[in-house]
Amino acid sequence: MRLLSTRRRHPLMRALFLALALFAMGALYTAVAPSSSSNADGGQSTQVEEGKALYQVGCSSCHGLQGEGTSQGPTLIGVGSAAVDFQMATGRMPATAPGAQIPTKPNRYTEAEIAAIGAYIDSLGTGITIPEQGQYSMSRPQRNAFPEGTAGDAEYNAAVEEYERVVARGGELFRTNCSACHNFEGKGGALPEGKYAPSLVGVSGKHIWEAMRTGPQQMPVFSQEVITDDDARAIIAYLNELHSRPNGGLDLGGLGPVSEGFWAWVLGIGGAVAFAVWITAKGVRAK
Amino acid sequence: MARPATISTPDATDTAAAPETEPNRPTKPLGPVLKAASGPAAWADERIGIAALGRASLRKVFPDHWSFLLGEVALYSFIICLLSGIFLTLWFKPSMAEIEYEGSYQLLRGLPMSEAFASTLTLSFDIRGGLLMRQMHHWAAMLFVAAMFAHMLRVFFTGAFRKPREINWLLGVGLIAIGMVEGFAGYSLPDDLLSGTGLRFVDGLIRSIPLVGTWLEFFVFGQEFPGDIIIPRLYIAHVLLIPGIILGLVSAHLALVVFHKHTQFPGPGRTEKNVVGYPLFPVYAAKAGGFFFIIFGMITLMGALMQINPVWKYGPYNPSQVTAGSQPDWYMGWVEGAVRIMPDWEWHIGSTTWSWNIFLPGVMLMGLLFTVMGLYPFIEQWVTGNKSEHHLLERPRNNPTRTAFGMAAISCYGMFWLAGGNDIIATQFHVSLNAVTVVLRVAVFLVPFLVWHITKRICISLQRSDIEKLLHGAETGVIDRSPQGGYAERHVPVSDAEAFTLTEHLKYEPAQLEAGEDENGVEGDAATTKEKLRVKASAFYFRDQPAKLTSEEIAEAKEHILHGHDHGDEDHAELDGANGSNGTNGHREITAGEPEDEKATASSH
Amino acid sequence: MSEHDTHEKSRNVIDDRHPVADPGLEPHQPRLTDIDEHAANRAERQVVLAFALVPVLAIIFVVCYFAVPKTWEVNFGPLHANALHVILGTTLGGAILLIGIGAIHWARTLMGDHEISEERHPAQSSDEARAEALEIVEKVIDESAVSRRKLIIRSLLGGVGIVAVPAVVLLADLGEWPTAARRAETIERTIWAPELKPGTNEVAKYRYIVNDITFKRIKASDLRIGQLVNAEPENLQELHGTEFNQEKAKAALVVVRMDPNSIRVPDSRKDWQVGGILAYSKICTHVGCPISLWEQQTHHLLCPCHQSTFDLGDSGVVVFGPAARSLPQLPIAVDDEGYLYATSDFTVPVGPSFFERDSTKDFRKGDN
Repeated sequence: MRLLSTRRRHPLMRALFLALALFAMGALYTAVAPSSSSNADGGQSTQVEEGKALYQVGCSSCHGLQGEGTSQGPTLIGVGSAAVDFQMATGRMPATAPGAQIPTKPNRYTEAEIAAIGAYIDSLGTGITIPEQGQYSMSRPQRNAFPEGTAGDAEYNAAVEEYERVVARGGELFRTNCSACHNFEGKGGALPEGKYAPSLVGVSGKHIWEAMRTGPQQMPVFSQEVITDDDARAIIAYLNELHSRPNGGLDLGGLGPVSEGFWAWVLGIGGAVAFAVWITAKGVRAK
Repeated sequence: MARPATISTPDATDTAAAPETEPNRPTKPLGPVLKAASGPAAWADERIGIAALGRASLRKVFPDHWSFLLGEVALYSFIICLLSGIFLTLWFKPSMAEIEYEGSYQLLRGLPMSEAFASTLTLSFDIRGGLLMRQMHHWAAMLFVAAMFAHMLRVFFTGAFRKPREINWLLGVGLIAIGMVEGFAGYSLPDDLLSGTGLRFVDGLIRSIPLVGTWLEFFVFGQEFPGDIIIPRLYIAHVLLIPGIILGLVSAHLALVVFHKHTQFPGPGRTEKNVVGYPLFPVYAAKAGGFFFIIFGMITLMGALMQINPVWKYGPYNPSQVTAGSQPDWYMGWVEGAVRIMPDWEWHIGSTTWSWNIFLPGVMLMGLLFTVMGLYPFIEQWVTGNKSEHHLLERPRNNPTRTAFGMAAISCYGMFWLAGGNDIIATQFHVSLNAVTVVLRVAVFLVPFLVWHITKRICISLQRSDIEKLLHGAETGVIDRSPQGGYAERHVPVSDAEAFTLTEHLKYEPAQLEAGEDENGVEGDAATTKEKLRVKASAFYFRDQPAKLTSEEIAEAKEHILHGHDHGDEDHAELDGANGSNGTNGHREITAGEPEDEKATASSH
Repeated sequence: MSEHDTHEKSRNVIDDRHPVADPGLEPHQPRLTDIDEHAANRAERQVVLAFALVPVLAIIFVVCYFAVPKTWEVNFGPLHANALHVILGTTLGGAILLIGIGAIHWARTLMGDHEISEERHPAQSSDEARAEALEIVEKVIDESAVSRRKLIIRSLLGGVGIVAVPAVVLLADLGEWPTAARRAETIERTIWAPELKPGTNEVAKYRYIVNDITFKRIKASDLRIGQLVNAEPENLQELHGTEFNQEKAKAALVVVRMDPNSIRVPDSRKDWQVGGILAYSKICTHVGCPISLWEQQTHHLLCPCHQSTFDLGDSGVVVFGPAARSLPQLPIAVDDEGYLYATSDFTVPVGPSFFERDSTKDFRKGDN
């Protein structure tokens, strides 16, 4: 005790005391705050029952106790588990604040919880279900998937050629259906009245597929009958390939000529002026 | 009036003799370098007389200021465009013929596209250094137009467009206009989605011209949009016709600078009748030549490290595809903005359609800008009535109305520019796109109005602070205590050089109507309407100017600074009264006591 | 006054220019390198170093040009780019920049930096030169005999002026002439028009709606409420090259399905739609960008170019932005297999306005 009190005016004591106080508050909060996971009833075992319980805790205040909808949120009957997975796994749902558009935020639910809620919603009415990986994912053929030797080489090259043609067509589909809102490389774009089409960079193929089929918020629906799963896979593969390719340098935000013009002035003219000032400066004089 | 031609004596410690002007005869014997060069030099002189040329030009004087290098940035960027452009022409195919792409960029494999786009892909991916040259070319083009604007603004704000340089100003306005067209043609050549959308916009723009729009559209594109000839036509304009015009205009522009000699800022030893600076060889050539390499190196590094116009990501032009965030290159952004915020005015008269919503912002606005720019020197000359040559530059603060007009024009241009990126603003700053558009509709009028007034007041304040400096000198940080008990900071007068610089500017006063007799001897108001208008314009331009100090006032002030603080406050009141024609110099420093009381007890010195 | 004034005295510029006497050029102040030999040598070394690095970088450039494969990438923080491109650019840029830096440093530290003064001469020629020039011009006019024979000059000017007309006329074949007939064949029609039986007005074949890029026919039952399809006419596939692009630039279509209870269908257009499925031109009526930013809940279609916004639930009228005319709607129907097709061409020219366009038939808000 004396050790501490003799050093009570040491400059570090203030910092140490602050750290102790923060630690104490944090510990106190952890002990008192409710846990985020819901207390599902121990007796229920089916996924749908689990989902229903989770739904009632986290979703029913806006979407109604039986998913019928309220003034705060639309009906979920018939939206399907794909919509649930998209909205919740990207953190959009549960929505926390009103606004022109629901933004993404960190997701607090586990995959199993989302699947359970999805199963419950599916039980309310048929809709688009969570896709299998094969529906939205295709990858570049690997050499080791083909036999050795020149015959295998030819097969591999043909497979790669086919893959590239499909991906290129995916690009055409992307630029015809998607880039008007999401921009030529999926960096997002403006919609009226403060809404926006979000960036697709880093978004998983599964969520892109789900968004296309379910048409979240203002996004239109792109149904499987018109944009088939083959087409959807090609679009998603195109985006993945595009985002993994090298650029011609720093990409300056990927917003096109606006950012290019900005940097031309700031770095180009700014740099030229900086050099010009150096060139014409009188410089240090001997006296 | 005789000019006081004070020539400074050379500094005693200066080892090299430094005469102000130079003798024409060399005084030293030829060194080894010159001996070696004398053979070929003599050969050349016998054929093209280079010695006379050398005598006249080798030591031409160029004044030194960083803002004088902006025009050079434009010139060097243009040269770099030429050099990198020649490289690109060796591979680019200006053809809209459709082919199926089988090149090395896999994400477009098998797609139908024009030869122009395909050859641009070849340049970007298969020709080593091709992408570097493409990006250098585009960055240099952006810098070219930007530097021309920066240079033009420098010339405007310093009044360098006044007689005898009006022709040079017009050449410059022409260069900016042509440069913008050249840039537009250039970025449209690859026939990618973004620039193709821009061409579609231009197609709609041409169509909107009343009476002749459809005819012009079919003549430009050869047939219905897109036709098959616009890319080859833009190509020949871009690589031959317009560079030829630019080279001609630039040569004339530079020739006039050499003929008139460059302007200079006021300063000690600088007058309207001389030009002070460094000689062409060796110093100026080294600095200007070095600056060329610096700009060249900077553009090369930008081309290496900063992506620009990644056409492979946009894909080939397709009339049913578009990207969010479609904008032209920055120098067309203001036209784009004007078109975006324009309300939907269109007349439907009988079976005709008059598209003012496109024609006014798209065509007329550009015409308006260049007309106003071109006419300004003549307007100002008419207002001031000043017909003498000007070679000393004005500091922007000394011509507040011109500076205010310039800043207002910049802010108006800036508002249109912001409007061109309204969707980027909406997404980056999380505001409503519609709100941005509506606000900017008002801002393009309101903001320039506000900026005009604010700039004018700022300039007048800066003039007043210059006057303060002359009257009160610089602060020394030494505090004196007077016998009465007051504290005052000791000032020191500014140096002669600075005083001279601060008083070199022209003095403007509003014109007066000359009441007098007309040619028949009848007294009365002989002024024409034009003359009356000029007087009104002159009043608008030059009222509110703080009065310029006379030499008596400055001498007295200097005395006062050096010796005056023993006298107390009454002298300040005297000076206040005697000072200037409007006495609004804000002379408020020492405030102890009422002037009237002091006068009663004062004993003036 | 200064000799540079012309004979006209400036009226309102008080040339009270010199309240302070000109102190003359400031005396030259030496730099460190002027008086200190060590400093000068150091500056020289710096300049030489800058110049010496140039060939080093140039050699690296040449070696890498041949040695570095085109597929290598550089991935460094925010920079993800082709390695060869970055190496070539930075070495070349560095080399060129160093030449400049060396030259400037040399000029600033080692070259003589005495400012000198040169006299200006007025731009105007001297009075003698003017007088002489005037004399010469008079002599020229005299010798050319035009002063007595004025008709020569007048006819010359007239002749030269007229020769400009053939030069302009030579440009008359720059493009097709958009006469009324040609306009009707080009910008006032699209390939949605049904194929007619030769010599009659009877329809031989209607044009089916297909998905863009895949060219797959669309059934009404394929579409859900809130769906948008970017579509084209099936017969577009028969065209290639320039003609393909020209027709696509007019025929591009958006097909949307909305809840029939949430939209307003005017009486005149009751049979232009199929159970809430409506088709509109994809080409903006402002300057022709293709539009497909559709908000499924508000039914608003936003053009990304200049933000013209159209309400597809109200016959495509403009609700915001600079476009002045509503988006043309395409009348559609379903056949017995459920596939969508166009029953006729657009009833107004699609795309941007032009002077000769008859805009009285476009749909206006409140029309029925």
